[in-house]
Amino acid sequence: MNVLVPLVVAIPLLGSALTLALGRRRPQQIIVSVLALTLVAAISTALLVQVDQNGPSVVHVGGWQAPWGIVLVVDRLSAIMLLVSALMLLGVLLFAVGQGIVDGDAETPVSIFHPTYLVLAAGLFNAFIAGDLFNLYVGFEMLLSASYVLLTLGGTGARIRVGVTYVVVSLVSSVLFLSAIALIYGATGTVTMALIADRVADLPPDVQLILNLLLLLAFCVKAAVFPLSFWLPDSYPTAPAPVTAVFAGLLTKVGIYAIIRTQTLLFPESQLSVPLMVVAFLTLIVGILGALAQADIKRLLSFTLVSHIGYMIFGIAMGTPLAIAATIFYVVHHITVQTSLFLCAGLIERVGGTTSLARLGGLLKAAPFVAFLFFVGALNLGGIPPFSGFLGKFALFQAGAELGGPLSYILLAAGAATSLLTLYALARVWNIAFWRSTDEVEAYESPMLDGLLEDPDDHGTVKTRTISPLMTGATTALLALTVSLTLFAGPVFALTARAADNIEQPATYINAVFPDGSP
Amino acid sequence: MSASLTLVVAMAVMYAAGVYVMLERSLTRVLIGFLLVGNATNLLVFIMSGRPGNAPIVTGTPADAAMVDPVPQVLMLTAIVINFGITALILALIYRSWWLARLGDEGDTVTDEHAAETVESTEKSFRSVTDDDAASQEDLDASEREHGNEHADDRGDPARAPGEGRDR
Repeated sequence: MNVLVPLVVAIPLLGSALTLALGRRRPQQIIVSVLALTLVAAISTALLVQVDQNGPSVVHVGGWQAPWGIVLVVDRLSAIMLLVSALMLLGVLLFAVGQGIVDGDAETPVSIFHPTYLVLAAGLFNAFIAGDLFNLYVGFEMLLSASYVLLTLGGTGARIRVGVTYVVVSLVSSVLFLSAIALIYGATGTVTMALIADRVADLPPDVQLILNLLLLLAFCVKAAVFPLSFWLPDSYPTAPAPVTAVFAGLLTKVGIYAIIRTQTLLFPESQLSVPLMVVAFLTLIVGILGALAQADIKRLLSFTLVSHIGYMIFGIAMGTPLAIAATIFYVVHHITVQTSLFLCAGLIERVGGTTSLARLGGLLKAAPFVAFLFFVGALNLGGIPPFSGFLGKFALFQAGAELGGPLSYILLAAGAATSLLTLYALARVWNIAFWRSTDEVEAYESPMLDGLLEDPDDHGTVKTRTISPLMTGATTALLALTVSLTLFAGPVFALTARAADNIEQPATYINAVFPDGSP
Repeated sequence: MSASLTLVVAMAVMYAAGVYVMLERSLTRVLIGFLLVGNATNLLVFIMSGRPGNAPIVTGTPADAAMVDPVPQVLMLTAIVINFGITALILALIYRSWWLARLGDEGDTVTDEHAAETVESTEKSFRSVTDDDAASQEDLDASEREHGNEHADDRGDPARAPGEGRDR
């Protein structure tokens, strides 16, 4: 069974090479990439079942034992992340294929889309199964390089402008990450995470603190934690809709995944719980206030994305088993719901010709099914019971109340307020874009539209385009997945609780990597 | 762990200069800043390998004890390769943004020279190597003639629009 572990990286990479070779044969390209991601999804399912029953799966690449060789580790958390991201990537790929078919592939040089997309997938999976910090860095670099290309697809002025910001910010965070790895290597003499976890406790507390902070700083840029989140709402919305969806759903969550590993495996005795709570509070509040000021749906969703990262940081900062379980559940919920909402925004853009609230109207009549999809997604993100957004937040709040303390209660209040404000922002989109009729758009006055900020790169309404059944199908499938998180919340939460159990006992992870005791 | 002071100073200067240059508006300077910072980080990784020693080749003799730690060198190599790839990408971005800046708003509306292409027409448009050789020989001859005749044109025309350079 262990042989499956490296395949989740190898298959997308091979697929990428194949699609590159098939650059001018679009149908074959599509078949290869869909097949590759389906295979990975199947493997992830198998891994999840196996890891859940038998404990972490460890592969020493090339037969070199850790800490000399590269070690790949899949525990419950990795397996969950693998499965969810494989499903998301597959859904978004189908959406992109549907869009490409309708547009006749004229708009973007799509021959590069499939190979790059698969490299992104490989990098993502590599980050999730990496058992050493440097391999994690390589995974990050793979997915970031692919994301630079996807973000600037087509090379239009707006995309190049935001692309440069995104690239420079990501590079700085990568450099920070690499410096952190260098210093950790200097301090502990290894990059294998299990061995670092074993040795880091012997370091002086101030050295531990510096290393911990440096790693967190690098990951917080990637996870878009306030105040390191300024780049996100500018860069994500300009990309093509499927690309934005996959970035919003997955790229920030890799950062969250890395933060979970840092805070629970590498530095379980971290003293950074209070500062993390403070940034979680600021991320929640500043993010959602930003969302309220946006007239553009894609920018609005990007701000809610930043804001909801705060919930996950809150959970990590608490660090109790229940909090970690709730965080993992919330990550799964947020990946699925945010991806499907961005796909909905893509559908809205095609039906309405714009994503600006000032010019949208009458969508409920024009596209009732899109309206339905957006409504379900919005309720879910806003945390209306019984959806999984509510369940995730409820579990987090429960963990917070159990922990007690003034800071924790302040965060509970902030979390509840954020949830309500998210609902307000999305309800406003619903009211204006869907309920308002088309003839009201001219000279429409409403306090809801006062003082809203337009997208600086907005070029007015473009012609509306048709939606292919594949696009709605993919969006519906992803939304169905978010709803099934509600229906099967019991088993899913039990699974995340078991994953949190793994995480609360770093010894499980360390023993899996070094069955004969660490060197 | 001991480290060479020269390397530490070099690293510090490169970090400082790199961050300073990175804060400039010009993209090429940002690139230079990134290169400096990236290489400073490589130096940091190298410094972390500890005392200097023999080349890390295992021979099975007692001299192996004086071997330098090979792991940071491996990490550096990987990081250098990654930096190289990213640098190429940033250069492409810089070129593209320069191109758009020169053409202003029209940068986006310049007709795509590949728009009308189909698979067949593209394949037809690939010339054979001999054709290419002949064409470049012709160019060379032409430029030699020009060179011989006029020296005034050597500098070229600075006001030339960027699009002209891309004509085949």
